[in-house]
This record gives sequence, structure tokens and C-alpha cells, in this order.
Amino acid sequence: MDTVIELSGVVAVLGQFPALAGVDLTVQRAEIVLLQGPNGAGKTSLLRVCAGLMPIERGTGHVLGIDLATNREAIRSRVGLLGHANGLYLDLTVTQNLQFWASTVAATQSEVSAAMATMQIDGRLAGVKASQLSAGQRRRCALASLIVRRAEIWLLDEPHAGLDAAGRDELDALLRSAVASGATVVLASHERDRALGLATRTITIDGGGAA
Amino acid sequence: MSNASSKRRIAVAVARKDLTIEWNSRILVNQVAPFAAIVMVLFAFALDNDGILQRVAPGLVWLATLFSMLVVIQRSFTVESADGALDALRVAGVDMGAIFVGKAVALMVQLFVLELMLVATAVVLYGVEMTMVGFCEAIVTLVVATVGLASVGTLYGGLAAGARGRETLLPLLLLPAVAPVLIGATRATEAAFGSGGTTVSEGWPWIGLLLVFAVLFCAVGTVAFGPLVDE
Repeated sequence: MDTVIELSGVVAVLGQFPALAGVDLTVQRAEIVLLQGPNGAGKTSLLRVCAGLMPIERGTGHVLGIDLATNREAIRSRVGLLGHANGLYLDLTVTQNLQFWASTVAATQSEVSAAMATMQIDGRLAGVKASQLSAGQRRRCALASLIVRRAEIWLLDEPHAGLDAAGRDELDALLRSAVASGATVVLASHERDRALGLATRTITIDGGGAA
Repeated sequence: MSNASSKRRIAVAVARKDLTIEWNSRILVNQVAPFAAIVMVLFAFALDNDGILQRVAPGLVWLATLFSMLVVIQRSFTVESADGALDALRVAGVDMGAIFVGKAVALMVQLFVLELMLVATAVVLYGVEMTMVGFCEAIVTLVVATVGLASVGTLYGGLAAGARGRETLLPLLLLPAVAPVLIGATRATEAAFGSGGTTVSEGWPWIGLLLVFAVLFCAVGTVAFGPLVDE
């Protein structure tokens, strides 16, 4: 199998606070990995390290073969990190939002249309402003932007937050579909039972380290 | 695809996106332009003398521009922070220099439209008269001053965007920084309007100053915008 994330003894610091204290993690392509643990355990920090946003103080790490210590900025354009905010422009329509993201990576209109169809935000929703979408529809629009950006690894922080039961079912189906298309998903979720049903592997984070 | 071509594509996309947001929301037309017009009318009420109004019209035009610009810049960065869009761009590794250029260009377009309206208001309300040469100089002044204002406005708007109390912080940071533009643009516009017996030729050195300011802040903004937003 193709290893896309490989961390060994990674230490990362948030201000004075050690956010990660020697994490070992290996993720293979097309896996869905669930990070679980209590609040403050370091799940979000681990996602941010994998996205190339947080520097590592000690240890070694490679994401998509890129060294986290020397070239972490290069990782950002190849992974997609979706946190609590969706990163949408509320005064733009669904199509306009995705066309904007497409233009940042020179993606074509057919790629935009395909992403909208995959996330079921085409048709009637295509011309609706993001401000008028439900929480679930906005989440789907944000995930469509990850497809348009051709993100190879999806790093999702609490992706089920704010969704109703039907929206959560749809999200799970969409993530399975993305993985079937070759993407890799690493998610942190407090929806333990639901996420366990979705994940192919679970990693427990506690006290800033993977247990 | 070359790096320069990629940056140009992103800058165009950001400018088009900001102008589309304005087109969809009509904030400039429905709120900022009426606000600027009200400021001009209030100046007329406060001074209430045609001779004085004609003499100080250039300064009033640029003061109204600065006040209105604060609203436009706040709006430009509110749309970025409302659902974490600017953060998402940063996280996605999109070139921040290109984002700066795109946002500055969109701001230039909006400010230029606003300034044209304010000059027209000054002509109608204050009885300002211009020769054809003066009109051309006024247009050059508007263009060069707008580039400077939009560049420094985008830079400081990005700096204030992530700060607590950004609504009050932005005027405190921005207004002192644009004082050279206010001075240069007012003097150049006085020459264009022929206010107080000035001639058109007296305006060109001030336009030169505006040009230096514009080039300086374009260059500084392109380099510094990313690190400032990251902070």
C-alpha cells in the first residue's frame, strides 16, 4: 500500500504548550482514519501538523512524501483541511464559490460540475447563495471545494458538527465515495459511534500522543 | 504553468470574486455611495457659503473618499472572515501576494467609481468648474491616488482582519497612513479645479508624490500581506 502520512516521534508546540508529545502515525492511501480522544488531547493540532500549518519541533514527518521539517508549505496545496468554518463566501452562489476555488488551481468547469454532482449540490442549489443554504448543504459545498482543489488527503475536524441525522448519513456516504475515488480521509470526531462505523482504523490521542 | 502565470490567475480570480460579491450584494451602490453623498451634503450645510465650498471642495472630496473607503475595506474583509474564507485560502497554500493584488484591484475599481461620483457631486453641489485640461488632471489624480489608497487599505485591512476590535482598529491604523495621499490628492485636485487661483501645472508634482506612494505600498503590500495575515 501507498503511505501518505508518516510521523515518527513528532513534537509540536502551541505557544508554550506542548500540543503533540511524540506522535507516531502512519496512514495509507484510501484509508479513513478516525482520531479520537478527549478535548485538548491534540487531535486538531495533529490535523494542522499534517496540513503543514504547524511546525514540528522534534521528530520526523512526511506527508505525500514531502518533509514536514523542511518544506511544509508545499503540502498545503495538496491536502484539504476543513475545520469548524466552511471557508465559503456567503454572498456568492454555490456555483460561484466553486468556480472561484477552481480558478485558484486552474480546474475546469467540467470538474466543478462533477464535484457539484458528487456532493448533490447541483440543480436547484447551484444558483443559491451560500448564506441561504442549510448547515448540511454548506458542508457539502465545502467538501465539493476539496474535490475541485484535487485535495489528496482530506483532514476533517468534527465534520458531523451541525448536521442532522440525514445530513450525517449523507456525509458518511460522500466520504466513502471520495475514498473510493482515491482520496484519504483523516477525521477527528466526537460522534464516536458514527465515526467508528465510518472509519477503517481508529487512533486514540491522549495527552498529545498517539496511544 | 509558471509561477507568475499562476499568481496572475489567482489575482484575477480574487478580483473577479470580490466584484461579483459587490454585484450580488450591491453594498457600494445601496449603502456606501449614499453615505458618501450624505457626507458631501452635510459639508455643504456646515460651510454654507459657495465661495468657501468651491475653495475647499478638493479636500472635502478626499475626506469623503477616506470615510467611505473605511466602510468598503471593512466590507471587503468581513466577507473573508464571515465563514473563514481567507483562512481557508491561507490553509490551502494560495499565494497571499496574489490575493493582495486581487483584493487591491477590486478595491481600486470600487473606489474609482465612488470618487467619480464624489467629483460629480462637488461639481453639482459646490459649483466647481473645470477646464478640459483640469478634467484630465483630475482623472489622472483619481487613478494614481486610488492605487495608493487601495494598496494601503488592503494591507491594513488584512492586518486588522484577524484582530479583536477590528472595526475601531482599522481607522486608527489606516487614517494616519493615508495622510500623504490626502495631502497630495487634495493639492493635485485643487490644481485641477483651479481652486484658490492655482494652475493646472502646479498639480503634477503632487501627482508624482502620489505615484511614489502608490508604487511603494503596492510593493510593500505584495510582500508583507501574507506574513501580516499569518500573524
